[in-house]
This record gives sequence, structure tokens and C-alpha cells, in this order.
Amino acid sequence: MSEGRSPILELQGITKSFGGVEALRGVDFALLPGEIHGLVGENGAGKSTLMKIIAGVHTEFSGRFLIDGAETHFRSARDAHAAGIAMVHQELSVAPDLTVAENVFLGNQPTNALGLVQWRRMAREAGEQLARFGIDVDPMSRLGDLPIGLQQLIEIARVLFSGARIVILDEPTSALSPPEVERLFSTLRRLREEGTSIVFISHFIEDILRVSDTVTVFRNGRKVAETASSATTKGALIEAMIGRGGEALEHSYTDDLMLPRPTESPVVLKVDQLSLARSLKDISFEARAGEVLGIYGFMGCGQQELSRILFGKLKPDGGTLLVDGTPRTFASTAAARRAGVALVPESRRDMLFHQEPVYKNISISILDRISSLLLKPAQERDIARRQVEQLQIRPPVVGLDLGMLSGGNQQKVALAKWLTYPPKLLVLCEPTRGMDVGAKNDVINIVRDLRTKGLAIIVLSTEPETVLSLADRILVLKRGAVVREFKNEPVSKDRLLEAA
Amino acid sequence: MSSETALAAGQRARGLAPFLRSQMRNIAPFLTLIFLSAFFAFASPSFATLDNLGNILTQVSVTGIIAVGLTFVILCAEIDLSIASIANVTGIAVAYFTLQESYVNIANIPLPGAVAIVLSILLCALLGLVNALGLTVIGIPSFIMTLAMMQIAAGISALLVRGQIAYKVPSLITTLGSGSIGGIPWIVIVAAIMLLGGHLVLTYTRFGRYVYMVGGNREAAEYAGLNVKLILGAVMVISAVCSGIGGMLGVAHFGSAQQNEFDTYLLDSIAAVVVGGTSLFGGRGGIGNTIVGLFVLGVLNNGLDHVNIDSFLKILIRGLILLAALVINVYAQRLREKAVE
Repeated sequence: MSEGRSPILELQGITKSFGGVEALRGVDFALLPGEIHGLVGENGAGKSTLMKIIAGVHTEFSGRFLIDGAETHFRSARDAHAAGIAMVHQELSVAPDLTVAENVFLGNQPTNALGLVQWRRMAREAGEQLARFGIDVDPMSRLGDLPIGLQQLIEIARVLFSGARIVILDEPTSALSPPEVERLFSTLRRLREEGTSIVFISHFIEDILRVSDTVTVFRNGRKVAETASSATTKGALIEAMIGRGGEALEHSYTDDLMLPRPTESPVVLKVDQLSLARSLKDISFEARAGEVLGIYGFMGCGQQELSRILFGKLKPDGGTLLVDGTPRTFASTAAARRAGVALVPESRRDMLFHQEPVYKNISISILDRISSLLLKPAQERDIARRQVEQLQIRPPVVGLDLGMLSGGNQQKVALAKWLTYPPKLLVLCEPTRGMDVGAKNDVINIVRDLRTKGLAIIVLSTEPETVLSLADRILVLKRGAVVREFKNEPVSKDRLLEAA
Repeated sequence: MSSETALAAGQRARGLAPFLRSQMRNIAPFLTLIFLSAFFAFASPSFATLDNLGNILTQVSVTGIIAVGLTFVILCAEIDLSIASIANVTGIAVAYFTLQESYVNIANIPLPGAVAIVLSILLCALLGLVNALGLTVIGIPSFIMTLAMMQIAAGISALLVRGQIAYKVPSLITTLGSGSIGGIPWIVIVAAIMLLGGHLVLTYTRFGRYVYMVGGNREAAEYAGLNVKLILGAVMVISAVCSGIGGMLGVAHFGSAQQNEFDTYLLDSIAAVVVGGTSLFGGRGGIGNTIVGLFVLGVLNNGLDHVNIDSFLKILIRGLILLAALVINVYAQRLREKAVE
């Protein structure tokens, strides 16, 4: 359908590196007027980097950049904006305390001759714009009071109606419910009819196939395929994304991996009909002693919320938690810890004391076990030294401020604080994210060792490799619901991706 | 072990400058103190005398007692604006429960001294508990919660004395507030004991460690399974009780109990803690810093009386010194963060 038209945007031989690591290698990309162009690829494949170049966020790169056939070089996102390019980033960037109308007109409020905001006009126009999008809300209500999905739709609506000729949407559907996705798609199709070009990035390959005209696949910083959506299938795209044969790095889990027969050991955690607003819907599962349960899903699938509920940091709206057969509603994280639950969250900034020495970071969760009233620093250091030795934390100096350690070693410290008095249930979020191969293997060995000691372990990750390398049984979470369980059967990366 | 010591020393010895920078919060207040003392000693012959040292100690005692509790609060990255009001109401309460001379026109309830003291302590603890519940259970920011408590405590004070002045307090309080032993005022001894106690709790107990950790990174404390709300609640109660003790002894020290008697102590106590170098962002500092801060403030207030200076200008000078301390406080935090990252 797009034969013969000249591209509105054309990139030729784009190469971009960050500190010696090549994120994009000689990528060509063309966007036609009135086209919806889907982009797929694994985390770190280069999709977002390319889009940030187009949106003027990254300005240093090599290669040719043409708009309407004329060579251009953006010096800032403002330049890109002036050229009619707008982008909705993956993270919600709205002002929750402002009204819906103010958010729609953010930085661009209609004013009168005196420079005063014309509230009535702004509310009316915002309402009209949102109505075109099928959103019926009071433009003067506070944005933060609306559900997350609606907030995201409003942000997308703002960008779509900003008059841009090229709109880039990065993972727009992760927080949306099926009817909201439908509404978004019909709006995108209408804008396409009006001549707007849209780039659509998503992990949800079905979504891409349904709405886009063309799909481009990225792998390891290269464009590996470009095809009409009607001429491909989900399976073919996944295969192109993860790559068969020679190019795969290290162990890529493209081949089937046999999951063991489920253990008969006692159930440590039983989760029944757990739900939380729009994040989790009636989740039920069990975790058993001496077993690693992997929970895989895309970003925003509800993993993070699930882990916080297990550790008493968030309160569920409904459902029950049974630890060792006892129903629990944790009033605080301290209550969860006392019940034998431990959590290592994904963000190192949130879970460690960077300005305190290593040994205080390791002893913090067990201080009540080693001292009732007075501290015993010598004992704390001994315990820390043992953990540092066992986990091979470098440098092996427990008096060093934590902030002086490398990221991988900090991650090990976060794990170490739970190991002196092992919990019954250990919940790990993204345990190997951002680690080099050596540190990754160390963590995998630690987790396996803990499993043989009889802990129930839950590993939550958005990276298939992490789950595949650790788990005995795998649940796939999609938009807050368990959609598939893998046990005692072959599993591989493409099967996981297929299920999600 | 020895290699560990060497490495830890290495962390410090990567150069004197980085070390000094990371320790700026402790060094700057101390240098300020030395500078101010030297300046006033040079400017006035009556300043650097043993007698005057006694004066300074006595003058900072009430502030010191209140500042002990406030140090806990600020270490947790919270604030307590109700300290002066709670000190006032507790001082008034202890007088209210004591038999007054017949010319004092207050419809009070005379009780035995011990009972009066216990009731007054219970009152300030209760007010601290209200602060604690507002902060942790309802989730009101401490700045706002204690601002409301400042008014509530002032209101209770007003209702108790109704514009009158009471003079009598239980004899134990009179002794501790205005008596002395071997030439040393009891109030100085009480302040010293409370400061020492606060230091021991913060440095050597599990609770003290929790206070630093909650202040250092509240999110991480929660992920470590600490009961953060309980710790925050406890520091609010500790702060109120310290204020109450300061208020009772202060009333005895001044010789009267009346409305608005402690108003200047709010700013003085916050200033002492912050000028001493305890981080407003929590997790850094301690009673040692507060003591240095108390001396900086004490020397400044006392010294300005010894030199010939416009008494109205004194207020401005105090404000400027406080501003300088705040700048150093925020700057020191940034330097330290850089040193670690």
C-alpha cells in the first residue's frame, strides 16, 4: 500500500556507541508518510536508542539523517519537536497534581493578552481533544486521581494531538486494559488516514501485528529483518528477535530446556486470588521448599507489585497469603521478615545504605538476632566477613563504605544480609540485572546452593535468561494475571516469549 | 585483618583533601567554635574567664536538654516544631499541680510533688505520642503535624494559666533547675547526663543504629525489614519527653511559669543541632555535633553581650551565622555523597 511514496524520514548507516559499546551498528531505517511502523527486539537490542536519535535525545552518532529528503542534524529534543517529531516515553511523564486539561496543554496553555491562562477555553479544548480519542473525563479533575491506564492514554493523546507529523510510541500498551488498547489502536488508524506517521515499539507482538503496516526487527544493535505485517507471524518474529545459530552470544536458551518434575516438598507459600487495583488480577500459586519458582513477564506485568505484597510493603485489595499454612496479612515489612519472608528488590539504590560500611549493610536485617539492646560490632563484622568470603565480595573489606563497591558486588551485599539466618521464603527481583557474566554465575550458584538448603525461592524477572537459568518451575505473568505455567516440560526462550 | 585495616586506612588516605571533605560536617562547626571563642577572647577581657564559662554552660543547659531529643528526630530526617511549646506546657503543668502562694490567681490542682512530676512527664509523652501517631499512622508530614502540635500545646498552656503567672514547682524540680552542688549548677549536670545518655543510646544500642539507618535511607530500612514507623514514632516521643524535662527545669531556672516563656528555644534548639553539623537529610551527625553546636550558639550569645555592640544588630548576626551553618550543612552532604559515589 505504500509503494512509490518517498519516505518522510530516512536514516542511513546509523552507528551509535556508549563508552565503546556499540548500541547501533550501521542501521538503515525509513518511515513512510501515513504508515504505522512496528519495532520489535529484546531489551538492549537498540530500538530505544534509535528512537532517541530520531527524537533528538541522542545527538552524537554517525550516519545520515534525512527528513523529507533533506539532511538534518538535531541538536536537541526541541529541534526534533520543531520538525514535527514527538515521542511518548515508556515511563509515564505526567504531572499528577495538575488537572487533566493542564496536562493536555502542558507547557502550551492558551493565554490571553495579559498572559493569564484561559481556563475555560483550555478545559473546553482539552475535553474536545480527549473526546476524539474516546476518553470521557472531566478536564478539570486532578490527573493523579484517574487510573494509571487512563493517565497513560491522556499522555498519549496529548502527544498524538500535538500536531506532530511523526509520533513515536515506546511500549504504550503495557498499562492499558484490552478495551483501552482497542481505543488506542482505532485512534492510531485514524491518524494514519490523516497522514501521520507512527513508530510503535512493543513487547506485545500480537499488538504490533494487529496495528502496524510494517515491522522491523532489531537484534544486538542491528536491523535483522523488515517485513510487511501481513506477511509474517509471531513465531517468525520471535525467531528473528532472538536469532538462531551462529550469532547467539554465550548461552542464549534458544534450545529447549527440560524443567524437572515438580517437588513434593512442603508448601511454604500459598497465594490465593491475590488482586491489587489494576496491577494484579486473582493471582494464585504455591511456592515449595527446595524449589525455585520463576515468574516471568514484561515490564509492567505486575511482578513488582507482587513482590512488594509478599514482603508487606504493599497491601493487596483482596486475596490471601499463607506462609507455612498460616494466613498472613503483613502490617509492615518487619512483620514479613519475622514471618520468614525476605525480599531483594531490583533497585540497588532502594535497598542499600550507600554511605554506611558494608558490615552494617549486611547486619541490618539480623541485628535483633545478635543483640537485644547493645550492639555487638565485633560479632557483626565477623558475620559480615564470613558472608563476604562466601559470596566472594570484592574488595573483601567489611569496613568500606558500600558506595565504593561495584554494582555487582553491591547486589551480592543485598543478598548477603538474608543469608546468615536464612528465611523460609526468599523473593528475588531481577537478581542478575546489569551484572557481568562472572557475577551472574556467582549469583546463580548462590541461589542453587540456597535451594538445596531447603529455602523456597521466587525469582521475578523481565529477562527470560534469568528465569531460565534459575527456575525449576515457571509462571508467566501477563497484564497482572498468570497466563501459563511451565513445569516438568521443555521450555525455551521463544516459548516464554510466545506465552507472554 | 591487618590488610583490612590497611585498606580501610587506604580509603581514608587516598589523600588528605578527600578525607577532610568527607568530614567537613564535623570539622566546620568545630573551627567555627574555635574562631568565635578566639575572637571574643581577644575583643573582651571578661569573656575568657572560668566564671564566664560557667555562665555559658548554664545558659545553654535548657537548650541542650531539648536538643537531645531533637537530634534523634533530625537524624531520622524529620523535624519537630512543637518542642518549645511542649516544654512550655510541661513547665506550666508541673506548676499547675503544685500549691501556689495565695496571691497567684490560678484555679490549680495541688498534688504531692512526685505525682505532679509524673503527671507532667505523662503529659509531654502523650503529646509526643499524638505527634507520632499523626506522622506514622495518618501520614501527616512531621513539619505540619508538629506545627499543629505547637498550637495545641500553646493552647493547653493558655487554658492552664489564663494569662497569670505561677511561681512554685515541686522542690526536686526547684533544686535541679536552680540549685547547685559544689559550685556546679544542677541544671548543667542534668543537661550533661542527658546528652551523654543520648550519645550512648545513639552509638551503642540497636535502636540507635536503627535511627541512623532510617535516616540514611528510609526505603532501604523498610526493605531490610525494619519497623520504620515504630522507630519514627519512638523518636517523636523521645523528643517530646526531652522537651518536657527541659521545660520543667527551665521553669524552675527562670523562677516562674507563664505563657510564651520558651518561644526562643525552638529556633535555638534547631540551630544547635544543625549548626553542630547533623544532616538535615538524616543519617549523619549525632550528639557530639549537637554539643559543638550548643557551644557555638552559647559562645555567640554570651560573647555578643561582652563586646560593645548594638543589641538590635545581635539578632541579625545570629541569623547570618545560622544561614552560614545551613549552607555548610547542605554543602557537606553534597561533598560526602560525591566522595562515596
